[in-house]
Amino acid sequence: MTVGLFIPCYVDQFYPQVAVATLELLEKQGIKVVYSLKQTCCGQPMANSGYEHLTQGCNNLFIQNFQDLDYIVSPSGSCVLHIKDHLHAAEPQQEKQATKIRSTIYELTEFLTDILQVDNLSARFPHKVGMHQSCHGQRGLHISQMTELVAPPFSKPEKLLKMVEGLELINLSRKDECCGFGGTFCVTEEAISAKMGKDRVKDHLLHGAEYITGADMSCLMHLEGVLRRQKSKVQVKHIAEILNTYA
Amino acid sequence: MASSRDQILKAVKQNQPPVTELPVISDYAQPFTDVVQKYIDVLHAIGGQVHPVSSYPEISSILKSAFNGKSIFSSSLEIEEIIEKGINYKNAHAFADLELAVITSSLAVAENGAVWITEDMVQERVLPFIAQHLAFIIRADDIVPTMHEAYEQIGDADYGFGTFIAGPSKTADIEQSLVLGAHGPKSLLVFIIMSK
Amino acid sequence: MHKETAEHAVLAKKFNQDEQRVEWHDETLWWVREKRDKAARSLPEWEDLRETASKIKNNVLSNLSEYLLAFEEKALQNGIQVHWAIDADEHNRIVKDILQKHEVKQIVKSKSMLTEECHLNDYLQKAGVDVIDTDLGERIVQLAGEPPSHIVLPCIHKKKEEIGELFHVHLGTPAGNADPDFLTAAARLHLREKFLTRKIAITGVNFAVAETGEFVVCTNEGNADMGAHLADVHIACMGIEKIIPQRKHLGVFLRLLTRSATGQPITTYSSHFKKPRSGQEIHLVLVDNGRSRQLGREDFRNSLKCIRCGACMNTCPVYRRSGGHSYHTAIAGPIGSILAPNLDMKEYADLPFASTLCGSCTNVCPVKIDIHNQLYKWRQVLVKEGYTPLAKTMSMQGMAFTLANPTLYKMAGKTGKWFMKKTPFLLNNNLNPWYQQREMPEPPKESFHDWYKKNRNLQNGE
Repeated sequence: MTVGLFIPCYVDQFYPQVAVATLELLEKQGIKVVYSLKQTCCGQPMANSGYEHLTQGCNNLFIQNFQDLDYIVSPSGSCVLHIKDHLHAAEPQQEKQATKIRSTIYELTEFLTDILQVDNLSARFPHKVGMHQSCHGQRGLHISQMTELVAPPFSKPEKLLKMVEGLELINLSRKDECCGFGGTFCVTEEAISAKMGKDRVKDHLLHGAEYITGADMSCLMHLEGVLRRQKSKVQVKHIAEILNTYA
Repeated sequence: MASSRDQILKAVKQNQPPVTELPVISDYAQPFTDVVQKYIDVLHAIGGQVHPVSSYPEISSILKSAFNGKSIFSSSLEIEEIIEKGINYKNAHAFADLELAVITSSLAVAENGAVWITEDMVQERVLPFIAQHLAFIIRADDIVPTMHEAYEQIGDADYGFGTFIAGPSKTADIEQSLVLGAHGPKSLLVFIIMSK
Repeated sequence: MHKETAEHAVLAKKFNQDEQRVEWHDETLWWVREKRDKAARSLPEWEDLRETASKIKNNVLSNLSEYLLAFEEKALQNGIQVHWAIDADEHNRIVKDILQKHEVKQIVKSKSMLTEECHLNDYLQKAGVDVIDTDLGERIVQLAGEPPSHIVLPCIHKKKEEIGELFHVHLGTPAGNADPDFLTAAARLHLREKFLTRKIAITGVNFAVAETGEFVVCTNEGNADMGAHLADVHIACMGIEKIIPQRKHLGVFLRLLTRSATGQPITTYSSHFKKPRSGQEIHLVLVDNGRSRQLGREDFRNSLKCIRCGACMNTCPVYRRSGGHSYHTAIAGPIGSILAPNLDMKEYADLPFASTLCGSCTNVCPVKIDIHNQLYKWRQVLVKEGYTPLAKTMSMQGMAFTLANPTLYKMAGKTGKWFMKKTPFLLNNNLNPWYQQREMPEPPKESFHDWYKKNRNLQNGE
């Protein structure tokens, strides 16, 4: 199978190591991965701010870059959710491509558990790790169960983390409360956003986290901003980086 | 100029979406089998007191000792002996100083500790609210598992007023501290006449 | 000219100046959310009940005109007088006219968010009527001269010391006494006197049954009943969307309502009013006030399914940290943010943006309103209608243009990183909102694009 790698714009620019880890992780599973150098952004920042009507240019570029692939995989739940919910072509003859993309795009952890059905990883990360459930991946893509529902618990990211040697997953007081990043919300409602971030960090610190991980770098970037302002020793690491450490 | 009623109805009719069907309400089998015990457990949890009894005289004696000398009213003839005589309850306001109201019911709900009473069971609608304390008399067989069975039993009864009462009056408006006895009765006792 | 979409943000920032207080507010409401979780989990059929309730409400909206007519017919047969009000003003006038007809200038009122929406208290005060709110929480905010901040827990934002002080000033309780039991007992006495002497009582309506012409009022305190059963005239105010088709549907809604609201299995009192007492009048006021318009909005009509439980507020991480007053509208939080723009887009343009779209609200809603999707959709509407700042529109246009063009995107990325490395002070200052309480991310030496070009076979690339 050929998998197209979709790297969110801010990961490309600020956290390339996450993209590298994602690429290597997939290649280690024997997958042929292609990366279109012309990709930019899924359009979510504009759409979530109310400017979805400006995103057709992004959509067209996305369809161009990701057509004719078996799967598309991205280390970002929110970007994948956005594409699944909102990708449409400008021309009717292209809509078939858009539909195919929407049905074959996966967030990294769900791709590993559901499509590749990975049941072991030669990875080692002997640290206490707090798992931050990013909202769009969780409540949008159902990569893990949400506490609001009366339903059996499950978590695809945690399933993978449990395969990592030496890794200790900590419990949290609030398992799936939002971190407060929220796109442009992080600056338009700065006070609330920062407070939410501080509270999430406090929860992880209270339970002894040495690292905070998650499937969305946007959340982790926000939490990292709080941690570094507090001069904390705790670091953030995208789940791809943890799963990609060699044993 | 069309009336407000006509304008509203017209706007609603114009704007309502295409009809969707009503769902069937499923039969929900409950995880608890002992309906009476569930009722007792829930009522305790919501601040009520429960006395399983075997006879009316037992009820009279419990109430007599708990409310000795205080004004009691009940429409239940079986405990007539403890009712204070000589008060003319001619209207709702006459009950303003009543200490205890005792009401007989024939329907209670295990999942939430509620008792159902209708207007015909009480002298005045205000009776179960205005008394300082409230007691219900029900039979064990009167307890159904959930609200669904309760409404099944109520059916299409043509009451003027009916109410589910679950526990004593309460509020948690002050910093979420639970306080019993907001405006309604400060305590609730339920006597369950157990089946043989 | 459009308004700055800053109101909620400004009020919320003020609320956050007292960090300890925000934490107290947040912890208290999270605890209520946890009680809801416990209650929901005690019913294995919880999700099925939600689906059933949702479908019943969908049916109601699709057949609302018929149900309203059926309800009116039955209610009239029962001896209830039915009034129709197009908007808040008409509702207020109808209520005032009933009071004036009976020459009554002192009334009691139990909790009704509809009357808050219509600003009834203010209207009646101006007409010389003394209104006493009898729900303890509402009485407290009334004494404080504030609106309620939560639809179920009206004074959740007030500490017991503040309440103690209010009671000391207005009810004569001893100064410094903040004991909830003591204060509640004082309120009981104070309000009992009102119940016993006032001739007209106003209540809200939780559910109105089309099949039987009865309506249900739910309270924990018993204040609605104390008011209604002692009054000569009972005025019940309801939004037209509160109709449900059949009496047996009450079983579904009463099982969901209080568990969602506070985690209790049911409110202490769930009173079904079908006919007036002998010698009493019951007036029911059906209010539209924008509801028929919302019904016509395909994307937003589901907001009318709301049964006013407040679960969305308790679960919302933003509401918990901003407080209800930051929403500057009668009904706050997530549901308020999708109802209010329908009433006045300009006034409430800020509300749908006061959210991270986390989706928690949608998943606690007992009637499955897709709240967070509607928040997203309202954002699109508000932008198109011109209610967002010009500066934001221009920067979004710039962003969209850049991101649709790979070459421009790469240039912007390189330039941005260059500035961050060479002139960090441009961003690391208090003009940058991000920087107020967070460090900026470190710019890496190369983007992934660059790494890939260098380290991977170019057969895959351009």
